[in-house]
Amino acid sequence: MTETPINGLGSSMKRKEDVRFIQGKGRYIEDINIPGQIWMDIVRSPYAHAKIKNIDTTAAAKIPGVLGFITGKDLDKYGLAWMPTLMSDKQMVLPIDTVKYQAQEVVAVLATDRYSAADGVAAVVVDYEPLPVVVDPFKALLPGATKVRDDKESNHIWHWETGDREATDAIIKTAHTVVREKIYIPRIHVASIETCGCVAQWDSINKHLTMYMTTQAPHVIRTVIALVTGHLGLSEENIRVVSPDIGGGFGGKVPVYPGYVIAIAASVLLGKPVKWIEDRSENLQADSFARDYHMDAELAADKDGRITALRIKTIADHGYTDASANPSKYPAGMFSVCTGSYDYATAFTEADAAYTNKPPGGVAYRCSFRVTEAVHAIERMVDIMAHERGEDPADFRFRNFIKKEQFPYKSALGWEFDSGDYHKALRLAMDMIGYEDLRKEQLEKRARGELMGIGISSFTEIVGAGPSKDFDILGIKMFDSAEIRIHPTGKAIARFGTKSQGQGHETTYAQIIAQELGIPAEHIKIEEGDTDTAPYGLGTYASRSTPTAGAAAAMSARKIREKARKIAAHLLEAAEEDLVWDTNKFYVKGTPGKSKTIQELAFAAYTNYPQGMEAGLENSFYYDPPNLTFPFGSYICVVDIDRGTGKVAIRRFVAIDDCGTRINPMIIEGQVHGGLTMGFAPAMMEQMQYDENGNLYGGTLMDYLVPTAVESPRWEVGETTTPSPHHPIGAKGVGESPTVGAPPAFVNAVVDAMWHLGVRHIDIPMTPDKVWGLLKKHGAALEE
Amino acid sequence: MSTHNVTISINGTPVSANVPARLLLVHFIRENAGQTGTHCGCDTTSCGACTVQINGTPVKSCTVLTVQADGAELTTVEGLANKDGSLHALQEGFTSCHGLHCGFCTPGMLMTSAALIKENPDPTEDEIRWGISGNLCRCTGYNNIVKSVQYAAAKLRGVDPSTVVDVPSLRK
Repeated sequence: MTETPINGLGSSMKRKEDVRFIQGKGRYIEDINIPGQIWMDIVRSPYAHAKIKNIDTTAAAKIPGVLGFITGKDLDKYGLAWMPTLMSDKQMVLPIDTVKYQAQEVVAVLATDRYSAADGVAAVVVDYEPLPVVVDPFKALLPGATKVRDDKESNHIWHWETGDREATDAIIKTAHTVVREKIYIPRIHVASIETCGCVAQWDSINKHLTMYMTTQAPHVIRTVIALVTGHLGLSEENIRVVSPDIGGGFGGKVPVYPGYVIAIAASVLLGKPVKWIEDRSENLQADSFARDYHMDAELAADKDGRITALRIKTIADHGYTDASANPSKYPAGMFSVCTGSYDYATAFTEADAAYTNKPPGGVAYRCSFRVTEAVHAIERMVDIMAHERGEDPADFRFRNFIKKEQFPYKSALGWEFDSGDYHKALRLAMDMIGYEDLRKEQLEKRARGELMGIGISSFTEIVGAGPSKDFDILGIKMFDSAEIRIHPTGKAIARFGTKSQGQGHETTYAQIIAQELGIPAEHIKIEEGDTDTAPYGLGTYASRSTPTAGAAAAMSARKIREKARKIAAHLLEAAEEDLVWDTNKFYVKGTPGKSKTIQELAFAAYTNYPQGMEAGLENSFYYDPPNLTFPFGSYICVVDIDRGTGKVAIRRFVAIDDCGTRINPMIIEGQVHGGLTMGFAPAMMEQMQYDENGNLYGGTLMDYLVPTAVESPRWEVGETTTPSPHHPIGAKGVGESPTVGAPPAFVNAVVDAMWHLGVRHIDIPMTPDKVWGLLKKHGAALEE
Repeated sequence: MSTHNVTISINGTPVSANVPARLLLVHFIRENAGQTGTHCGCDTTSCGACTVQINGTPVKSCTVLTVQADGAELTTVEGLANKDGSLHALQEGFTSCHGLHCGFCTPGMLMTSAALIKENPDPTEDEIRWGISGNLCRCTGYNNIVKSVQYAAAKLRGVDPSTVVDVPSLRK
């Protein structure tokens, strides 16, 4: 029999979770059925702002199978009509008298089955009185604007600023070159292929709630449920949240949606398990959206082409409530990473958030903390500056990059970038794509009237939230956790406070532990998502799992190894300090033959441990990161633009990512492919638009264009490896880097193709009609 | 609502039921037959997560009425493996090439791809991309799904897949 390989760090072992997924044995929310369960469906508002004059359920109540209804007034009796958001704002569970966005939940219908519930929804008659609608955040902030929220003084949610305003103003006023651009990042939606849903099971005898739900953060959700329903007698020890297999999250499954809370209320009121599964249109219209960021950016440089200052003013459209999931101290997330990969000492940025008659915005799309917006701003501005100066954008970047020897580097807005080698990553990307030859080709093509562009993005990410001194959500510090138990036969189970939605935690966490303990990853079972069994953690979003829970896995395994050392000393009759660890065993220094494997030590932990030692071999570890991690990369995109149609063809895209120590290269490559595609999508196709009445144009997958295999580019990926100096295994996280880094590479390429025509900027998505419009405006469109 | 007696063979096992005329096939498969590998992602024929084969042809089961499939032979992801219990070349390909992340679109991707390579044993990359363009995946960016299908097609043609696709798990 061949020995099972350990498959520690660096092994592209196949994923352990795939075994069930490829055979149809995943267990997603819709696969969970509790005997006696009933179904819930939801009546939603056709108006973006309206007074509810009357709700008539008479006809719906007569439909066979319909069991009951829940309205905002019903919930209000229990103090549940409103609930807090993760940003200490509040949101409606169900409205008492007014609706604030199109597709808002108005009445829940309970029925014996999904079809009857849908019949009930169709038969409920709601009488609305439409109210004035505010969809433009700039207009929302004008004096006298229609107020979105009756409980607030105005539509202004908060003002946030950081950096040195006076010093920045002074530099920009007198700088040799200043470039300025207004950049809008539109509202987009994660559109995970699985929608959201839950099964709420209230046990009235034991006063116990089991909540199966699509959540990326089950532990925090349990605490939120306890806080919201505590006055009704639900107590945290009697609340169990189970997050089963998740069919894609990307941040869209972090928030607490009204449907979850209504399902809990319905289960309590009707005494039956209640199942609620969103349909696609509900998901696209009402679940949280991302971005919707209006930036006004200025970048200054001296005569030698060195960046001297950055100033960005932003208006953030948050919809009718601030329901994003940023750490409390950072209402604009990590936007202040906007100084980018460049070395300069002065910057200032400010943001004002506005309420509008839309569902929550600014939440998440494979990047929750505004890093995508920050990277887009700086990478666009750097490119504009380079073009303005008439120099190659690569040369401009090389001159201004923070140098390898400057790390750890204190950024102008206060972050300590832990490590990096930006020159190396960009040079590698240029070599892979053949940059210099492409520039020659571009000149030749331009002479022939053909439009070809080359765009660079050299981004710095900021992930792994976060250190307890600065990071919390609702006061809960942003640590994460691992609990490892080694069984007598040397196999293990490990549980985590995070929750995979496709990232492959069952494999990568096992590999981290395998590396530390020498137990084959194959023999380490990973569990997440059940709050009754897993240690408390803040969950999986913002690329934080590897930086936090992955670190906890390594630290916990090291504690176990230290206990194993004591057992080895006992068994080998040697001093602990004379024992040397090698891969999967301790041996006596100078006598490699005298050794005990981790499996032998695990067995001894239950059968032959030293007098006075506790039996067993297990540990739980709560990891509080000392700093964030700063993955980075350089991307280069080559495009050809059809002057007749405005269609942008992505000819090549090379992506160099540096995520520090690499756990499973196959999974990293997969994350990069997926992340790049979710960078491509908003750059070229996706946008959620509203008309002036707050009607959403993108409420179905026919209207909201998620890329298929046909549009999605072929990605060419590579890597550099600069380990994080403070993470136990040097890993940094990778899931969101490509989504963050890719969009400006596309825009920079398209603008690069048209700069000589006078085009300075184009907002995403760069649809053919928009590009053609620019070509036309600048006299370069081909027409019949 | 009228009801109808139907008998539908699912992966070789006949399933009979009296169903409402409007019952969607995807719900019959998942709830009457208890085969939950077939997923429902959009209920509007957009995403393809619900793809099954009806008499060998891939069909999105969220937009077929159960009564329309009366008497048909259905194959779902649960019936994809080889008769001897070993994995189908596509299942092996998806794992070897990391053609899945969250796994939600995977059953539909597998059923569409299985029909594709049966009809066209040596598809070009473009043919694969067009062939799966009715199935959405939000996680992978499709590059590795294309490789997974190439892997399986090669294997079924008797060619060593590692000579056809370059993925980390196959690198020597």
